[in-house]
Amino acid sequence: MNTSHNNLTPGHNACAGCGQLSAAQSVMRALDNDTILVSATGCLEVTTTAHPQSAWRLPWMHSLFENSAAVGSGIKAALKNKKKNTKVVIQAGDGATYDIGIGFLSGLFERGDDVVYICYDTEAYSNTGIQASGSTPAGAKTTTTPGGANEIKKDMLAIALAHGVKYVAQSTAAFPDDITAKVKKALQVEGPAYIQILSPCIPGWKIQTNEAIKAARLAVATASYPLLEYTNGRLNNSSIKDSFRAQKVEDYLQLQGRFSHLSRKQIANIQSQADKNIKIYKL
Amino acid sequence: MKISFLEGSRAIAQTVANIKPEVVSAYPITPQTHIVEDLARFKAEGKADYEYLLAESEAAAASIVLGASAAGARVYTATSSQGLLLMLEVLYNASGLRLPLVMTVANRAVGAPINIWNDHSDAMAMRDAGWVMLFAENHQEAVDLHVIAYRLAESTNLPVAVNVDGFILTHSHENVIVPDNKTIKKFLPDYRPAAGTFLDPQNPSTIGGFFTPEHFWLERQRLDTDLKKSLPLISNLYKQWKKILRTPTPSKINFDNGLVEYCGPSHPETLIIAMGSMAGTIKETIRDNKNVGLLKIRSFRPFPDLRKFTSTCKRIAVIEKAMSSGASGPLFAEVGSSLSNYKGVISDNIVGLGGRDVSLQTIKHIIKSSGKAGVKFW
Repeated sequence: MNTSHNNLTPGHNACAGCGQLSAAQSVMRALDNDTILVSATGCLEVTTTAHPQSAWRLPWMHSLFENSAAVGSGIKAALKNKKKNTKVVIQAGDGATYDIGIGFLSGLFERGDDVVYICYDTEAYSNTGIQASGSTPAGAKTTTTPGGANEIKKDMLAIALAHGVKYVAQSTAAFPDDITAKVKKALQVEGPAYIQILSPCIPGWKIQTNEAIKAARLAVATASYPLLEYTNGRLNNSSIKDSFRAQKVEDYLQLQGRFSHLSRKQIANIQSQADKNIKIYKL
Repeated sequence: MKISFLEGSRAIAQTVANIKPEVVSAYPITPQTHIVEDLARFKAEGKADYEYLLAESEAAAASIVLGASAAGARVYTATSSQGLLLMLEVLYNASGLRLPLVMTVANRAVGAPINIWNDHSDAMAMRDAGWVMLFAENHQEAVDLHVIAYRLAESTNLPVAVNVDGFILTHSHENVIVPDNKTIKKFLPDYRPAAGTFLDPQNPSTIGGFFTPEHFWLERQRLDTDLKKSLPLISNLYKQWKKILRTPTPSKINFDNGLVEYCGPSHPETLIIAMGSMAGTIKETIRDNKNVGLLKIRSFRPFPDLRKFTSTCKRIAVIEKAMSSGASGPLFAEVGSSLSNYKGVISDNIVGLGGRDVSLQTIKHIIKSSGKAGVKFW
């Protein structure tokens, strides 16, 4: 693993064991120095840029919560006009991606701007104190769904694919090499690419500081959050297909305090969704 | 240079194209549309080199040019009314990040009730956003102010909004001189932001980081200081530009420092203070009046010192196209705070809301009632 770039340096003030910062390190390993980063408002931005310090060794910008996709488009347009091939990578959380910024992301996809968009999916508004987002899965307790979320999790991959995005992928913080490889592929694609990375949130998921990677691994192992990749709209073979035997979702759920209240029936419903995933994605 | 008879929007679009921005993005809204349609057409016809990005909302258009500006490009956008309000969060961001955006605002009322006609309610919604705000009286001023706006923005890192009255200026035809690129270049050099101030892989910097209380207020104070410090610069740039592009003036101007313009007797009894296109109507109304003068505010932000114009007049009639409901008009508030020691009568006359006609007769009535203080709707 090439860690010589060290684009995101230690010393940031994210929670110990943060899944998102771990995933971000894997993203950074795919990037060379000729890259500009955009961050939406959220944990990644707040914990890495407390003025006058910055954990970023690459040119980095934050504007607002919802507009990182449009800001990225503008940066790419400026570079294009200046005839520079510098890459643009946008990083946003699930609240910025699934909810408040979805119109901006749709505009970016439609324009076909040549940028990579990374969504770190913590399945809640982590930075404001774990409120439910459009990504919060059914049953999960958040501070605005104290009895457990009712809504289904939006299918952002399908939304990206419906825009004709040529490279769409999903990974989790437990698979650093998979993340790095996918970001590298995304950078090769002309036009926008969308990568979504499940990033366990220690306080949000009510897990121990040493359990983020374990949770992210179980999300894949139980087929709750499979490693996926679509090229030109077609599903590629799963990268862990050959050895894959799905564990019961209960193993994934019982690790996390946000699911501790679930009834047998609710767990069975979540299991049936994982079973569907196995069929849909041919795991 | 030749005089053309042009629609205001066309004159602005041609001027912007001649300024040569690198990135343009906009979202359609009446009465701004003719400007951005023209810019799209120039690009499609191969007459312009800028990137033209379609945005899915005004918030996106503003964000696109904000990103492009942060990457070191000269940028342009235009909007109006509801669109400006949808941009508002980005507008505060642009000034806070010290990005030299230039934007045309085709001034229009803000709903509800929905109304597409001219007033200044939209501009006043961005009053506190930390932008330079200039107001044009006619087509030529609109053209001139765009050229000046770019030089000002790029030399101070302050974003600039050029306000033009919707329909009255954007959709009417007037004689106007549109400067060509060669003339503009004498005044406006290519935009080359300093190393380390923009997104540049050669000099990586962090833009838009998280500011805790001990740092935040200093940044806001600096923005205020720099806006106020730009007053003499605006004045100088205006004078410099008018030496390069000399244009005929339709009425006799007694004083013009770029920030304000005064028209009328040397010691008026009544001083009218107004902004935008209705200055033309007011000049026409008071042309032969020995007692009334007009002080036209061209720079609303930063707000200039008015004291030397008001030392002898007995009455001040502010005439404005916006209302801060529950208080007074925004211009009246500025005039009052700028003239805190003024002993005469100040009245605030709210006119032209939602496109209501401001006629010579309206102005005459306002002058007649200027002995009575307070807020009046006309």
